[in-house]
Amino acid sequence: MDLATFWFIVLGVLWTGYLVLEGFDFGVGMLMPVLGGKRYAADAADAEKRRRVLLNTIGPVWDGNEVWVLTAGGATFAAFPHWYATLFSGFYLPLLLILVALIVRNLGFEYRHKRPEARWKARWDLAIFWGSLVPALLWGVALTNIVRGVPIDANKEYTGNLFTLLNPAGLLGGLVFVTLFLTHGAIFVALKTDGKIRHEARQVAERVGVVAAVLAVALLLWLGLTDGKLASWVTTVVAAAALLGALAANRVGREGWAFIGTAVTIAMAVATYFLVLFPNVMPSSTNPDWNLTIANASSTDYTLKVMTIVALIFTPIVLMYQGWTYWVFRKRLTVKHIPEDAPRETVSR
Amino acid sequence: MDATDLARWQFAITTVYHFLFVPITIGMSLIVAVFHTAWVRTHNPQWMRLAKFFGKLFLINFALGLVTGIVQEFQFGMNWSDYSRFVGDIFGAPLAIEALLAFFLESTFLGLWIFGWGRLPEKLHATTMWLVHIGTVLSAYFILAANSFMQHPVGYTYNAASGRAELTDFFAVLTNKVQLVTFPHVIFAAYMAGAGVVMGVSLWLMRREAKAAADDAQDVARTDAPMYRTATRIGAVLTLVAAVGVTITGDVQGKIMTEVQPMKMAAAEGLYESVPAGDGAPFSVLTVGSLDGSHANAIIEIPGLLSFLATGNFEGAVRGINDLKTEYAKTYGASGNPRVADVATAFVPNIPTTYWTFRLMIGLGIVTALIAIAVLWLTRKGRTPTARWLAYAAVAAPLLPVFANSFGWIFTEVGRQPWLVFGLMTTANGVSPSVSMGEVITSMVVFTLLYGALAVVEIKLFLHYVRKGAEPFEEPQDPADRDEDAPLVFAY
Repeated sequence: MDLATFWFIVLGVLWTGYLVLEGFDFGVGMLMPVLGGKRYAADAADAEKRRRVLLNTIGPVWDGNEVWVLTAGGATFAAFPHWYATLFSGFYLPLLLILVALIVRNLGFEYRHKRPEARWKARWDLAIFWGSLVPALLWGVALTNIVRGVPIDANKEYTGNLFTLLNPAGLLGGLVFVTLFLTHGAIFVALKTDGKIRHEARQVAERVGVVAAVLAVALLLWLGLTDGKLASWVTTVVAAAALLGALAANRVGREGWAFIGTAVTIAMAVATYFLVLFPNVMPSSTNPDWNLTIANASSTDYTLKVMTIVALIFTPIVLMYQGWTYWVFRKRLTVKHIPEDAPRETVSR
Repeated sequence: MDATDLARWQFAITTVYHFLFVPITIGMSLIVAVFHTAWVRTHNPQWMRLAKFFGKLFLINFALGLVTGIVQEFQFGMNWSDYSRFVGDIFGAPLAIEALLAFFLESTFLGLWIFGWGRLPEKLHATTMWLVHIGTVLSAYFILAANSFMQHPVGYTYNAASGRAELTDFFAVLTNKVQLVTFPHVIFAAYMAGAGVVMGVSLWLMRREAKAAADDAQDVARTDAPMYRTATRIGAVLTLVAAVGVTITGDVQGKIMTEVQPMKMAAAEGLYESVPAGDGAPFSVLTVGSLDGSHANAIIEIPGLLSFLATGNFEGAVRGINDLKTEYAKTYGASGNPRVADVATAFVPNIPTTYWTFRLMIGLGIVTALIAIAVLWLTRKGRTPTARWLAYAAVAAPLLPVFANSFGWIFTEVGRQPWLVFGLMTTANGVSPSVSMGEVITSMVVFTLLYGALAVVEIKLFLHYVRKGAEPFEEPQDPADRDEDAPLVFAY
């Protein structure tokens, strides 16, 4: 295996890390108005506490989770400059939307609790909800379009526009990401909380999970029937089995297994995408001769060698300390753990 | 205005904005780590109160630095795709390594620091903030290595067949001589900014506490004024130490710049005609009239200073814009490099911009240092002065060094123009060919409005927390024997 292929796999791993980890962050963000809304909460004060429980399940880790996509972006730039250049300049407006969404969502996490006023919190709640939904949807649209092929000319330039990407397969991909992350997020909440909210999260996971399963199987079949390979069929089957296993485990209250199940589903879905994509990185729907491939989009061997050495040394270290964070914050949360809001401040002196 | 101009404006707006928060993050993470360590060492309540108080302000600032940083990484590909193709081999590597080594470290350990109160053993907890600080410094190292390549390309070869610059020596990129002096210069400048925030905020609160005590005829020593006085002095000392570091590294940087980018040095002064050795080129502090070389009139001039800045000798020769223009045209214009094709007219940056930003960078830095000296003098031997002008000094102390940072970057980036990568690629050749004017206008408007709104939110929140001051001391829980059902010490 040459180094460029190795880095194609590394990118698959980075996207897996990002979507598995940030996937439940997005899910929790999208579930704020559900699990922290009128349907389940007794009153406004209860809703507020429940929202804070939800936010605190991901509080210590969401930022580290997000770095996976920054690393994926940087690694694409370094290992496949043409892929990075074509993709980022081509998918300009969707990426702009994703950036705006991530900005307001992240600030929502950090700023929401910094003032006690209900209006302040309600605004950041909106930011967190939309800031979770939009990237989940658009990453699905973008990645599905990459795999399916987009118009690219002989100079490696994207020739479509925003609406080129909003085709049925792309939109289905977006919906799969949203429903899958909702399921994954709900199961994460069930795993990280206790009391009422834990059981309600499992109910939500059960309902959304069925929709996610149907949509995901439809999408993976669609991808497989157009460009499938034996290996991608294997990962498709594993993804489907893992999701069904997750839902079964969720039903009997085995949240840990359920979470592993949805994580495996996401990982296998990413594996399917990359296997279907191989050996291209961004196929051209205009002319197959203009495909961006692992070979014609990659950096020189020397750059890849440098990057490989750095990655082999530091990735295990990163995984160790990030894993340790999850260990430190392993305890389940309940509404009891949420401290009272500071009373409306009167400026001391 | 064409797509290139728009892409440049967008890059300028988003980058300058991002870099308002970055130096404060680098500097404040150090100071919060110091406060937190002082608490662990002495268990004097004031250190924990200061660590938590400045930690909060740090987080408000960090959040915006973080989110605007994501834009930066995406923007190279979005707006500068031809640049990304051309140098991805070299420029991408430090960016990817920055994410792997620095971003993970910062974000993971910051999460541990925020939520670690009462959960992590105290020594380990203080260590997490040091790791955050190390992360910010590592981040600066790699992104500056990438930038230094643009100022002075090294460790690469041009592959005519692929039309791309290819990496040949990564170590050379990391130890670029421009990088080795830019990195400490930027870090010291960041320490000035972080220290400026701590000095300014503490000074303001010290004055408020001392004044209130005086008004109520209370004993100042029993208020929080002495605690803020200590923090003020720590900020002032770090400001001065960092100012010395900035000056020394800046001086070396000037000489290296004269060697590798002589046009930038000439542009810093608006020096049109070369000054031969022995004459000594003066440095003008202020100029009236135009800076286009026709009738610039320096009204305050320091003889020989430009020669000294450029060469280390008050009588050293300094080449002027006109000579360099001819020389650059000969060297690069006729090189046959297709990425220089658009520079038919000149290799000269925008002189008024380089001239004034260079002076503002230095001038604001000097004023910051003077404030620090005055503050140290006035607060000597336990004094807690309440003079009215100190309130203004408190507002200026954080702002001036941050703006000095901005002006330094505007100078160094505008001074490199028309180059994107010096000698290899002009800015106009780096822009994304597939991105339309409409798309760039859309993103520029969106970013400008969003960033403007966020600035208002951020500043209001920051000032709100400054006014609240440090929380009263609370005995920390021991993570070993705490009540499992007790509320979290810190929660979103």
